[in-house]
Amino acid sequence: MDPFDLVGAEPGPARTVLFDGRPVPALPGQTLAAALWADGVLAWRTTRGGGRPRGAFCGIGQCFDCLATVNGRPNQRLCLLPAEHGDTVTTQEGHGHADLEV
Amino acid sequence: MPTSKSEPTGPAGGRAGPCYDLAVIGAGPAGLAAADTAARFGLRVALVDAGSRLGGQYYRHPAPELGAARPGRLHHGWAVFTRLRARLAASPLVDHLAGHHVWAAEAGGPGDGGRPWRLHATHGPGAADRTTVRARAVLLATGAHERHLPFPGWTLPGVVSAGGAQAVLKSSLVLPGRRIVVAGSGPLLLAVASSLVSAGAEVPAVVEAASYLGYARGLPVLAGNPAKLAEGAAHGAGLLRRGVRLRRGSAVVEAHGTDRVTAVTVARLDSRWRPVPGSGRRIACDALAIGHGLVPQIELAVELGAGTVTGPDGAVALEVDAEQRTSVPGLWAAGETCGVGGADLALAEGVLAAHAVAGRPAPAREAATRRRRRAFAALMAAAHAPGPDWTGWVTDDTEVCRCEEVPAREVRAAVEELGAGDARTVKLLTRAGMGWCQGRMCGPAVARLSGGGAGRPDSRPLSCPVPLAQLAEPRPD
Ligand SMILES: Cc1cc2nc3c(=O)[nH]c(=O)nc-3n(C[C@H](O)[C@H](O)[C@H](O)COP(=O)(O)OP(=O)(O)OC[C@H]3O[C@@H](n4cnc5c(N)ncnc54)[C@H](O)[C@@H]3O)c2cc1C
Ligand code: FES
Repeated sequence: MDPFDLVGAEPGPARTVLFDGRPVPALPGQTLAAALWADGVLAWRTTRGGGRPRGAFCGIGQCFDCLATVNGRPNQRLCLLPAEHGDTVTTQEGHGHADLEV
Repeated sequence: MPTSKSEPTGPAGGRAGPCYDLAVIGAGPAGLAAADTAARFGLRVALVDAGSRLGGQYYRHPAPELGAARPGRLHHGWAVFTRLRARLAASPLVDHLAGHHVWAAEAGGPGDGGRPWRLHATHGPGAADRTTVRARAVLLATGAHERHLPFPGWTLPGVVSAGGAQAVLKSSLVLPGRRIVVAGSGPLLLAVASSLVSAGAEVPAVVEAASYLGYARGLPVLAGNPAKLAEGAAHGAGLLRRGVRLRRGSAVVEAHGTDRVTAVTVARLDSRWRPVPGSGRRIACDALAIGHGLVPQIELAVELGAGTVTGPDGAVALEVDAEQRTSVPGLWAAGETCGVGGADLALAEGVLAAHAVAGRPAPAREAATRRRRRAFAALMAAAHAPGPDWTGWVTDDTEVCRCEEVPAREVRAAVEELGAGDARTVKLLTRAGMGWCQGRMCGPAVARLSGGGAGRPDSRPLSCPVPLAQLAEPRPD
């Protein structure tokens, strides 16, 4: 049993996104975070202070742990972004929250 | 029901949009039920939600492109949702503003002739990606977020929130790992473990910190909520059948691994949640789903000065009357914003609130459901309230604030050496709680480590980060 069997899912053909230059398949309707999880990737950011790896934690846009650079734009929450064909995701090192105002 | 990713109301461009009779913030069970009922009474409704699809947390479901023939396999009561969704889609009175995050609410003036409420929402990164929704009344149905208690290793990749694992499974059909320990406290853990197992994950253990003895003190309340018991029993029985062990009175006190989690240590807890020395056992896993209950998400109302109540688990919720009115005129609340109690309660409160907004008497059935379920919710909150000594598993190196990477050592030093007496001072001294998540992940933990309970609700003048350009733009009308 896998999640697709459980809900009888028949997704359309996978699209390809690039993670640090490497092609990763993403099904239509999946978020970038989910596509990376499905590929066994759990981290796509290193922290500002300790340089430690981070990925998705809350899964719903609240924790801001899943930030990465997408198509050149830093600090994107991968758990919210639907994967589009040709998206490039780059591991984000340190911060870059210049365009976020809290 | 027109659904819009941009803004049907147009005020960002300077055009004044319609003034709705009711703006509902949040399209989970509470908001959906309220919008549906209000429209049936002839009210014009804006249903505003940060997410792209209706449903909120409970009815979160796969994107249509994933072609799920049986999306309801991950939910109880899926038909309730599909009925509501169909009715809302057919209603000309309801506008769904999808992907709109409300970051501030401005109260309206009293009476029918008064100034309407204004909700400020962002729906994208650009300067023009903002909308102001105007309405005569507002219902806050923004749900809850998870409570997290830090422990060594909880920032390792592969350690994910329990609700998050559930959410990614429900929406994208993906699991964080193959062998997933589920841990923390509260009824959500059983629901999450059930979903993970039925989706093919191996769950070596469900680790619940509470002893469940708390429930025994509430027998009459339990007897009045057979459906809730049946739900819990169904999850429990399903897990047992698949060989999943429920360890009560235990906690994950450490996650191991360097770049990702590879194992956890589970220890027994005493009645105050202090780990029993020498009781630790290692369990190998490639993911850990963790959560210690839910906390109402009420900052929009708190900024308006709405009255609050503190639950038996220390969580702060909005204070409402029997018709879901908050202390702020024109502001109603329903569902988890009034205290965490599950989807059925949220549905009932949404219906009650819509009746009150429309000036109709409260329906007896929903009023009765509300009474029963609120009693059950209080029992649950008490049974799963974090014990006072959980900080016993927090080593000095444990990161408390994930965003700002603040270790417990710094928080303790702020209290013991610098004399900080409350969470606010600790925050200013250490930056714990001042990062991107605005303290949603570490708030309860910082409060406890600062020597207090949850105390006052957190103040968040903006409910989410807003692009500077949208803030700088002069406000239309
Ligand atoms: C991550 C998570 C997963 C959960 N999974 C389950 C589960 O599997 N089973 C279960 O029984 N219970 C689950 N729950 C519990 C759940 O909270 C309730 O049972 C139920 O969904 C509550 O309904 P509600 O209508 O009060 O709020 P919710 O369903 O939480 O809906 C709130 C909605 O408000 C929106 N929102 C919040 N703030 C804003 C804002 N500022 N602007 C615009 N929109 C906003 C959110 O996007 C969301 O759609 C989960 C809770 C969480 C936090
Ligand atoms: S995982 Fe928390 S914001 Fe994306």
